[in-house]
Amino acid sequence: MSVFWTVWISILLLGSIVGCYVLLKLAQKGQSGEDENVKTGHQYDGIEEFDNPLPKWWVWMFIGTIVFGLVYSVLYPALGSFQGFLGWSSQGQWEQEVASKEHEYAAIFNKYAAVSVKELANNPEALKTGQRLFANNCAVCHGSTATGSRGFPNLADKDWLYGGDAETIKQSIMNGRFSNMPPWGSVLGEEGVANVTQFVLSLSGQSHDAAATEKGQTSFKQFCISCHGAEGKGNVLFGAPNLTDNVWLYGGAKEYIAESIGLGRKGVMPAHKDLLGDEKVHVIAAYVYSLSQ
Amino acid sequence: MSTAFEHPVYNYKVVRQFAIMTVVWGVVGMLVGVIIAAQLAWPALNLDLPYTHFGRLRPLHTNAVIFAFGGSALFAASFYVVQRTCQARLFSDGLAAFCFWGWQLIIVLAAVTLPLGFTSAKEYAELEWPIDILIAVVWVAYAVVFFGTIMQRKVNHIYVANWFFGAMIITIAILHIFNNLEIPVTLTKSYSIYSGTIDAMMQWWYGHNAVGFFLTAGFLGIMYYFVPKQAGRPVYSYRLSIVHFWALISIYIWAGGHHLHYSALPDWAQSAAMVMSLILLAPSWGGMINGVMTLSGAWYKLRTDPILRFLVVSLSFYGMSTFEGPMMSIKTVNALSHNTDWTIGHVHSGALGWVAMVTFGALYNLLPILYGREQGKMYSIKLINTHFWLATIGTVLYIVSMWVNGIMQGLMWRAVNDDGTLTYSFIESLEHSYPGYIVRVVGGALFFAGMLVMAYNTWMTAKGKQLNDEIAQA
Repeated sequence: MSVFWTVWISILLLGSIVGCYVLLKLAQKGQSGEDENVKTGHQYDGIEEFDNPLPKWWVWMFIGTIVFGLVYSVLYPALGSFQGFLGWSSQGQWEQEVASKEHEYAAIFNKYAAVSVKELANNPEALKTGQRLFANNCAVCHGSTATGSRGFPNLADKDWLYGGDAETIKQSIMNGRFSNMPPWGSVLGEEGVANVTQFVLSLSGQSHDAAATEKGQTSFKQFCISCHGAEGKGNVLFGAPNLTDNVWLYGGAKEYIAESIGLGRKGVMPAHKDLLGDEKVHVIAAYVYSLSQ
Repeated sequence: MSTAFEHPVYNYKVVRQFAIMTVVWGVVGMLVGVIIAAQLAWPALNLDLPYTHFGRLRPLHTNAVIFAFGGSALFAASFYVVQRTCQARLFSDGLAAFCFWGWQLIIVLAAVTLPLGFTSAKEYAELEWPIDILIAVVWVAYAVVFFGTIMQRKVNHIYVANWFFGAMIITIAILHIFNNLEIPVTLTKSYSIYSGTIDAMMQWWYGHNAVGFFLTAGFLGIMYYFVPKQAGRPVYSYRLSIVHFWALISIYIWAGGHHLHYSALPDWAQSAAMVMSLILLAPSWGGMINGVMTLSGAWYKLRTDPILRFLVVSLSFYGMSTFEGPMMSIKTVNALSHNTDWTIGHVHSGALGWVAMVTFGALYNLLPILYGREQGKMYSIKLINTHFWLATIGTVLYIVSMWVNGIMQGLMWRAVNDDGTLTYSFIESLEHSYPGYIVRVVGGALFFAGMLVMAYNTWMTAKGKQLNDEIAQA
């Protein structure tokens, strides 16, 4: 902020406050004593006006807030770029609070960080902490019982897109995951999508049309096996789901499968490395790991 | 016809039109309020339709009660008061009629476009750009009629009520135009020319001064005429009215930044807003003192006059919420209260307790006159009393339930365990808020019931009209 604006703001702010004081003093000039009920002589539609003095308690309250305002304005940042004599800033206050809290709780989390995720999953105190962290950071998508919802994986079952061992879970939370099922609608055409859908239905043992399934299988071999594997069992390297187990992230009904094939899917798990830090993610990972044990 | 009077024949037609629509929009706006309060208690009531969703009905409620109900009340009262205290007929009957029909058109357009989802997404300024332009045009016409009438006044001085109406008209024009500067993309969609923090600051500069000038200054204008009229007493202190008027309008304009504490708004703007909000306490209370002290010497009338009771209670709620406001603007208090139901309670202690109640008092004084009866002689005085109790109990239930909810939410959100994790998830604070939400529905329903009683009383008063202009114009 340039010097001009600082001066401009200071003049307006202090001028308005001091102006209130001047106004107050001017209005008190020549006022009558209390209870005299002198009238101004004005009359408007039958309404008259007394010229009673300003109530004393009110004047003192007004002056009190004016003095407070002036003092506060020089102690704290209020006059443009002038930081105030106390040197306070909201950023500074926040940094200080975070630092002091992190120091306060460091012992607990350092203790947890010293053992592996797998081992930590046997510590009931740590799991409680993990559950609370989960409730406030993860439940928005995965649900308060971690059972997920459409588009958001269930973390309480034994089915894992990227693998369910303790360290992999931690990696998923730390760095996030970005899964990309490309849209095949333009490649396969409407009929092609319908055929592959029938084949995918057959993989999980759902009722399907035999003729369409056969055609679909041909397309599947051509386009899908690089990620989902020849048997459709998926690949944890890409987070490509197993299509044979009847666990469905986006729904296993015919129309949902067709939608997934035709339009593709994009799944994003945000990285929490910078949001929560390694120690907290460590504890959350232990909690999530414990859910499928 | 009225040659017996020293003043010209006043234009009561436009006053009557606005007064009746105040009652009509009061019923509509408060009904929508009760519906959305019920939706928060029982979410299934949103009917799973976009048009009846909370997100669309909430701006409909705020626009209906602030601009339709409150706006019509301000037009009615200011057009009545400016004529009577200036002893001059309205500057232009044609422009006054344009104000009435234009304002009603704006309200109807709002009632159609908001449920359809057309919004500029600015709180209390959701209406899209064509309606914004219409508002600006009508508002300028309002200014011409009002100040034109002041220019033609037959008395030397300008009465204090008119200072407040005048300040409201000028400032609202500036606020409305600058906050709504936007780039139209289609007929129904525009984007604000401001972005980020500047947009937020413009929005709350507007938003808080909509409260300060529309709902405070404007309604103080109503108070300054109808309290001395109904009490039959002189205004307590002319001096006090000068000080608190100038201090109020010069300080209020700074206060909007307190809506953005602990945000990306620069620290200096936050501090300045907080300081000015605190200094605002005395100027705000100046109006309450002047109103309440005007009644001193006429306290006995409160026993028999429910209209006066409305006016006194409105001043009490005014005093309470103008104390609460500065307190909530203190950063450390705001850290607890921000984003909780406390804010909604605070707004409604002003909106129900002050704005609506002072309007009821003024209308009960005014409506009989407009229909050729004597001041305050409504169809039923008893029903005014019924309305008074329904409104008072409704307001108390509303604000107490929101205080309890708000403070509880604020404390739950900041509670931490020994390991530094939050004790409660957000959903738990919501679960604990349900009892308060249900009490709020009850309070709102009582307030709405009172509004229905008023509508009936108004209907019967208008139906039994004597239209004795000799009495009305006197």
